[in-house]
Amino acid sequence: MATLEIRDLQVSIDTEQGNKPILKGVDLTIKQGEIHAVMGPNGSGKSTLAYTIAGHPRYKVDGGSITLDGVEVLDMTVDERAKAGLFLAMQYPVEIPGVTVANFLRTAKTALDGEAPALRTWVKDLRQHMSDLKMDSSFAERNVNEGFSGGEKKRHEIMQLELLKPKFAILDETDSGLDVDALKIVSEGVNRAHQSTDLGILMITHYTRILRYIKPDFVHVFVDGHVADEGGPELADQLENEGYDRYVAASAEAATPAGA
Amino acid sequence: MSATPATTDTSTPIVEAAVPNGAVVPGSAAHTDGAWADRPIPVQTRSGRFASTDPAAFPAVTGREVDWKLSPVQALRPLIDGPLDGSPYAYLARETPGASVDWVTPEHELVGTAGTPEDKASANAWASTENVLLVTVSGDEPTSITIGRSGLDTAPRAGHTVIHAKPNSTGLVILQNSGDAQLVENVEVVVDEGAHLTVVSVQEWNDSGVHLSSHFAKIGRDAQLKHFVVSLGGSIVRVNPSAHLAAQGADADLNGVYFADAGQHLEQQVYVNHDAPNTKSRVNYKGALQGDGARTVWIGDVLIGRTAPGTDSYEQNRNLVLSEGTRADSIPNLEIETGDIMGAGHASATGRFDDEHLFYLESRGIPEEEARRIVVLGFLSEIVQHIGEPALQERLIAALEAELADGADARSAANAAGSSTAARRSPYVDSQPGAAVATGTDHVSSEPDVAAGVTGEGTAPGGTH
Repeated sequence: MATLEIRDLQVSIDTEQGNKPILKGVDLTIKQGEIHAVMGPNGSGKSTLAYTIAGHPRYKVDGGSITLDGVEVLDMTVDERAKAGLFLAMQYPVEIPGVTVANFLRTAKTALDGEAPALRTWVKDLRQHMSDLKMDSSFAERNVNEGFSGGEKKRHEIMQLELLKPKFAILDETDSGLDVDALKIVSEGVNRAHQSTDLGILMITHYTRILRYIKPDFVHVFVDGHVADEGGPELADQLENEGYDRYVAASAEAATPAGA
Repeated sequence: MSATPATTDTSTPIVEAAVPNGAVVPGSAAHTDGAWADRPIPVQTRSGRFASTDPAAFPAVTGREVDWKLSPVQALRPLIDGPLDGSPYAYLARETPGASVDWVTPEHELVGTAGTPEDKASANAWASTENVLLVTVSGDEPTSITIGRSGLDTAPRAGHTVIHAKPNSTGLVILQNSGDAQLVENVEVVVDEGAHLTVVSVQEWNDSGVHLSSHFAKIGRDAQLKHFVVSLGGSIVRVNPSAHLAAQGADADLNGVYFADAGQHLEQQVYVNHDAPNTKSRVNYKGALQGDGARTVWIGDVLIGRTAPGTDSYEQNRNLVLSEGTRADSIPNLEIETGDIMGAGHASATGRFDDEHLFYLESRGIPEEEARRIVVLGFLSEIVQHIGEPALQERLIAALEAELADGADARSAANAAGSSTAARRSPYVDSQPGAAVATGTDHVSSEPDVAAGVTGEGTAPGGTH
């Protein structure tokens, strides 16, 4: 069983004001088949964690490690991480002019499998996944994310998740900007992927709303670049009622030097 | 490195205030215009540019003129000033129902109806041609015709083509150019009332090819011209399309795609003249540059005349810089003489890859080299996809892929030679080929005679990948 292990991960970004630390020692272990929710206030570093795992060049790793079954992920290029079984469903997927969804997906599948998928089953699969996510068949011929609504972009991300079959998926605020119907459709897609491929999931969210549809096994509270609290699904309920104030206040106190 | 911002500039010439000798309190003396009286008055309006079919009527080209200053004039001398062979040449075309092609004399009634040369080379060609190739599109059914030229030689020659779409006809005319060329030519496009014409000019000359071409389109009432300039091959290729929206409801959709390799000069000067009510224009040119000395020039002039209320206009140019040692000039000019318009905008951006595009594709398992190929191809094929002729689109996309593959080979060869030690991509570059750096929309003064001129010149230094 595959395991994704994050140890003492420290990450910074270069800004115009200089280098800014974002993650200050994150520890997290996810086993295949598990669903983890990472929750926290804005600016706590949740998305940084997601993009660092995927290997976005903007984020500079200053220390720690991310291993997948003992192999250092940080040494891999972005595409090698995908080939190793990691997938990031992005919060703001970019538009790629002139590249059709069908062409893009086939190229990605070919790259991941090392061979082109058989045409007949591929077309059938694609249609099935699109209809599962209530996407119009014309979608395949549109350019990647171009002119997509917010909901369409998220459904497109989840379609890729189902099609590319990774071992671990990081969902970066997949619930944001979705109405209830779209949220249900997207959540069903995630649950399907979870059941059919024993997917491990790291679900990053600001709100508890999505947790009604995707049930987490573990909840981690993220504050100021580290995990401030951990627990089972009950922790999400507690957060729904109390918010993040308690953690944020504690973090601010800790940041104040003693005697100041 | 980001897209180079356009510098904003008014179209008013800079007047250097001459301080007169003698102690005159500034402002106390009557204003003088300095030496203005002795200087030639600069052209104020795009439509006021000198035009003639007689090359002798043009002053000698110095290379400092507004329409020559970005061109390699020395290499073009034989075409600008020299004697030209204006005899008929071999072409290949299959007659199709509704489309015909014939040689006619320069005295034919259509010759000269769409435009008049605005530069010496164009006039040289005009005066030198003994015969004019007339392409006629007629009938109710959509038709298409391809005119292939591949048998030109390396002697300087002139050409003149008239493409005529009869009223309410629908047609596609493809000018397919390959082989040798030392060619200067004029292409007139006459789109009659209610006609829908698509013209695609494909330049796939061999490496030494030199080609200067001026396209003049006159678009009639409620007629539409879709025009494409596809420049891939040749040493120097300069195609200058202009569209005169001469009657109410006329529509011009001018597009271009170009890929400059090492040492190649690809240029296009586009001019849209809105000269009647409720006319519409869209100008969209996209280019890529790769290799040492790759050079592109795009100048986009749009004039919305006093005669053109209700105009809807937008022009843009985007350049993707794929290697160091390239230069892209991108100069949009918008001139508006009426306050009563629907919209007028322009955009220009020259920059490197958008790393977010690469990241997205790579995060799906697509290797970097492949991801680059997909992004560039997608960027350029947006124009090609718009042609609406699947067989041609497929062929052009394959040609673009071949251009890219050549560049990729050159890049890996350069890397192997040790000129680049960066195995991985340099970290996060905030370049946005999709970002508009100069956009003006709907900001039109109610005063007449307002000229809103914005020039943006992107000299892209490029970067290592």
